[in-house]
Amino acid sequence: MISKDKYWKMNLKYLLILLSIWFLVSFGFGILFVDTLNQIKVKGFKLGFWFAQQGAIYVFVILIFVYVFLMNRLDKKFKEKN
Amino acid sequence: MDLQFWIWTAVGISFSIYIGIAIWSRASSTSEFYVAGTGVSPIANGMATAADWMSAASFISMAGLISFMGYDGSVYLMGWTGGYVLLALLLAPYLRKFGKFTVPDFIGDRYYSNIARVVAVFCALIVSFTYIAGQMRGVGVVFSRYLEVDINTGVYIGMAIVLFYAVLGGMKGITYTQVAQYCVLIFAYMLPAIFISFMMTGNLIPQIGFGSEGQDGVYLLDKLDGLHRELGFTEYTSGNKSTLDLLFMMSALMVGTAGLPHVIVRFFTVKKVSDARKSAGWALLFIAVLYTTAPAVAVFSRTNFIQTVNNQIYSNLPEWFDKWESTGLIKFDDKNQDGIVKYVSDSSLNELTVDADIMTLANPEIAQLPNWVIGIMAAGALAAALSTAAGLLLVISSSVSHDLIKRIINPSVSEKNELIAARVSAFGAVIMAGYFGINPPGFVAATVALAFGLAAASFFPAIVLGIFYKRMNKEGVISGMIVGILLMLFYMTKFKFGWFGGGTQSDWWFGISPEGFGTVAMITNFLTSFIVSKYTKAPPANISKLVENIRTPSMDES
Repeated sequence: MISKDKYWKMNLKYLLILLSIWFLVSFGFGILFVDTLNQIKVKGFKLGFWFAQQGAIYVFVILIFVYVFLMNRLDKKFKEKN
Repeated sequence: MDLQFWIWTAVGISFSIYIGIAIWSRASSTSEFYVAGTGVSPIANGMATAADWMSAASFISMAGLISFMGYDGSVYLMGWTGGYVLLALLLAPYLRKFGKFTVPDFIGDRYYSNIARVVAVFCALIVSFTYIAGQMRGVGVVFSRYLEVDINTGVYIGMAIVLFYAVLGGMKGITYTQVAQYCVLIFAYMLPAIFISFMMTGNLIPQIGFGSEGQDGVYLLDKLDGLHRELGFTEYTSGNKSTLDLLFMMSALMVGTAGLPHVIVRFFTVKKVSDARKSAGWALLFIAVLYTTAPAVAVFSRTNFIQTVNNQIYSNLPEWFDKWESTGLIKFDDKNQDGIVKYVSDSSLNELTVDADIMTLANPEIAQLPNWVIGIMAAGALAAALSTAAGLLLVISSSVSHDLIKRIINPSVSEKNELIAARVSAFGAVIMAGYFGINPPGFVAATVALAFGLAAASFFPAIVLGIFYKRMNKEGVISGMIVGILLMLFYMTKFKFGWFGGGTQSDWWFGISPEGFGTVAMITNFLTSFIVSKYTKAPPANISKLVENIRTPSMDES
């Protein structure tokens, strides 16, 4: 039961949250904080290096599918009302 | 069975499949030719996008690039995948809702201006031509390496195949051959990677394998870091480049990826808006399979390579070393005449020059895999080059037949004639691409980076503003695109080709490399658009409606 305006605002909110995570794992964990994270080691991987060459990519895939889920739910609400 | 037999068999079978699909999926309308009749399922489109995206360079050079750059290579991995998040969240669903055929369609309609349309066509043509020249060359190189034919003969064979299915089937033919090509290329990439991972670490999954212990109980990455220190290189898991340059390079690659027209048009081919989102997710998943394997292959082959050749007696080296030495990809110069190979960072002592491509190409031999695997690798590399070339061809042909002829020169052209024009321009584009493949401009490698910078500097801001900022008008966007593109062209030609007085690394503005400059050009585009639009007339009321419409889901979709 939502209006056009509300639909768009919710969409922008999702974008803001998901793109912050996108920025954090790639620009943040992969580059800016890489030296700090490299102090932590998980098996043979230094954590910063792992984010830069593996982790960030997995998170990207998950982010898109989360967005698909959120928007399908939002679309449904929007259509119920109209 | 001998090697040539397996290679010709694998290539022959895969090519027959592509031609069979092309005949089955002939296009009979402009909608089928440009956007496959918008009837492609999200998973199929995801696979087609992945094949479209991953070129000969991804297949052959990616692992080598990373193995030589170590941590610094991460910007390519994150940049070329992170762009899909932008595509899925900021561009694809809205452009699908808009529902026309091309990127210039959107820019021309949203900014109510044929000048904007022409600028967009111009950008699309430059981006696609710089990209396709490298692809046709790639087809020739793969043929000559695996099939022992002349590079030019390889380019002719590649042209004939692409011509057949792109001209006949348009987007419909291209899409379904790309699905087949994805399957071939990913199988060909994973098979040797899994073998090598198992051989070196006992783990079948390369992504986990390269974080595991080798046979001597030492973590593989620790061992590689140690070898690097010993030979005087920077540690594999740390980098050389400045943090600022890494940030700028990565964002230029991400934004450029999201702005490449041959990637964007793939999302016009699905049935509905929700499918456009879903299929971007599938596309990235299919791409991630290769992009998370490549860094593992990089570590395996680099460790293996250093251990096999460094400090070894030249005459005792394995057979594959001789073979690749004869192709010129490995060069050994025994400076101190002791018959022992020295591979070190100091160039006055180093005796070995290695081409990055070797890291993928020689893998099956280093791992002593059977000959049929090498046959499949050849088919996979060709699939990667052909699928990307075909996607680019379609953008070029639709820019001419649809954006220029139908929308500007002769709007009353019949559908039948437009379809003929589309086929004729696809034919012309193949010939031109072939010409560049046979007479490659010396700057092919540099121009691929240029294509990303250009896409980042032109399309990305224009499209994003068109969707998220209603007040943006034609004056703002046209000046933004022109300023962005010219600035990018200036910086690239100055530092890559030595125009405008040239310059070296020490002259880079703020220490930003030409590869990272796309980010600066993009920011300049955004700023110019904002400032100009602020002092010019707001767009007409019907544009506001158009934007509203692409932002909300349609009611008739289930």
